[in-house]
Amino acid sequence: MKHPFFIGLIVLEIAVVLILLLAGQVGIRAQQPQREAKRRIVHQLMLTDFALWTEARYTRNPSQADLFTPFQDFPSAIDHFPAGSIMAPGKINGATRLEPKK
Amino acid sequence: MQRHRKILEYALSSLLRRKYKNIALIAVFSFIVAVLSSVLFLTHALQTEAENILVEAPELIVQKVAGGRHDLIPVAYTKRIKMIPGIGKVTPRYWGYYYDSLTGGNYTILGVDREIEGLTLLEGDMPIETGECAIGKGVAAARRISVGEELVLTDGKGAFSMFTVTGVFSAASELLTNDLVVLFYEDIVRLFDMPADKATDIVVEVFNDTETPVVARTIQRLLPDTRPIMKSEIIRTYSTVFNWRSGLVLTMFFGALVAFCILAWDKATGLSAEERQEIGILKAIGWETANILELKFWEGVIVSLTSYLTGVILAYLHIFYLGGSFLSPALKGWSVIFPSFRLTPYVSVQQIFILLFLTVLPYVASTIIPSWKAAITDPDAAMRG
Repeated sequence: MKHPFFIGLIVLEIAVVLILLLAGQVGIRAQQPQREAKRRIVHQLMLTDFALWTEARYTRNPSQADLFTPFQDFPSAIDHFPAGSIMAPGKINGATRLEPKK
Repeated sequence: MQRHRKILEYALSSLLRRKYKNIALIAVFSFIVAVLSSVLFLTHALQTEAENILVEAPELIVQKVAGGRHDLIPVAYTKRIKMIPGIGKVTPRYWGYYYDSLTGGNYTILGVDREIEGLTLLEGDMPIETGECAIGKGVAAARRISVGEELVLTDGKGAFSMFTVTGVFSAASELLTNDLVVLFYEDIVRLFDMPADKATDIVVEVFNDTETPVVARTIQRLLPDTRPIMKSEIIRTYSTVFNWRSGLVLTMFFGALVAFCILAWDKATGLSAEERQEIGILKAIGWETANILELKFWEGVIVSLTSYLTGVILAYLHIFYLGGSFLSPALKGWSVIFPSFRLTPYVSVQQIFILLFLTVLPYVASTIIPSWKAAITDPDAAMRG
C-alpha cells in the first residue's frame, strides 16, 4: 500500500506551507514595533529610498535618479541595456587617435 | 472511493517502476518552482516593505535640473516655495555620494541640521555637533569601526576630515541605513565643498495630501528649472523597480524555464511505446477510458503537486530564513556594501495560487490529453504501438 504514504506526504507538505504562512503572520505582527522605528528613521532623516544597491545613482536612489538623463553610466558598470551584451566596441578611427611622435 | 484509491495505488506503482526518471523530474520541477517562487516572494516582500515604510517619506521633493541633469538647488528657492498656500515647512536637504577608495564602496552622506532623538534602531546617539557622525552597519563593517572611533573621509579639497562615530544603526534598519553616514550639515557642506547658498534638494511639507499634485504643478510654474517628486511617485517607483517580470534574475533564469517546459512537455505529451502498450493492455483487460484518464490524472498530480509544494517550501525557507542567499550574488551586482536581507515574511496568497495554476494545471493537462488519444484507440492497435 503506497497511497497512504503519498497522501501523508502531501498532507504533511500542505501543513508545512500553512505553518510557514502562519508563522509569517506572527512574524509580521511581532515586527510591528520595528516597522514603526523604521518609519521614524525615514521621517526624521527625510529618506526616500532603500539602501539596497550602492553601485550607481539610479540603483541607490531610484526614486530620485535623473533617469531622463542620457548616458548616465560609468566605466565598467554592468550593462543595463541588453544590447550591450551583443554590441562589439566600434573600430578605432586612426584620424581621431593621438599617436606619440616617433 | 475504493476504485479511486486502487487507481491512485496503481498510479504510484506505475511511477515507481520508472523511479529514477520520475525522481529526476520531480527534483528539476521542484527547483524551477523554488526559483520562480523565490523571485516572487523576494520582490513582493520588498514591495510591501517599501509601501509600509516609505509612507513616512517626504510629501514633496524639489530638485533643480540643469543641462538635463540633477543640480544643486539655491536655498533661496525655499522662500519662493513658502509663498504657495497650503504648505508647511520647507527644508533644504544636504546629501550626496562618497566613493571610498579604501574599501571600494559607495557611501550615502546625509546632513542633518538639528538634533534628532527617539531613533530606537541606533546603538549610541545621533550627531549633536560638528565633527560627529552616525553610520550604517555596512559602513561600520567596511571600515571596521564602532561607536567612539574615528571615521576618516577625504573632503573636496583633498584634506582628511575626522568624524567621531557617536552611533551605529542596528542591523534591523539595514535596508534603510546600511551605507548611510549622517553628519551635521556644516560638515557635509565642507566635505563636499558645496557653495553655502546651495543644497542638494528641498523637502516641502504639504498639509493636505490631495493638494500635493497642485502644489507640484505650482512649483514647476514658479520655478521652471525644477523637478518636483511626489511621495506617490516614490512609492510607485518601488512597485515598478521590484517588478519580477522585468528582473535580471528572471531573464537569466528564463532559459532554464524554457528548457524545463520542453522537458515536461516532451515527458508528458510524448507517450513512450511502453506506456502506449500499457494503456492497450489495461483496455484489453477491461479498464474503461475514464479509468485510464483518471490513472494519468493521478500520475500528473503526484509529480506536479509534490514538486510544487516542495518548491514553495524551499523558496519560503530560502527567502525568509536564509536571507535569499542563493539569489543574492545575482542581486548584489557591483555593490560593495550590500545589506543582508532580513525581510518581513509578506506573502501574497494570490501569488501562491497563481503559481499552483501555472505549474500543476498545465502539467496535469499535458499528461491527460495524449493518454486520452491513446485510450480511445483500439486496444490491439495500442498494444502493437
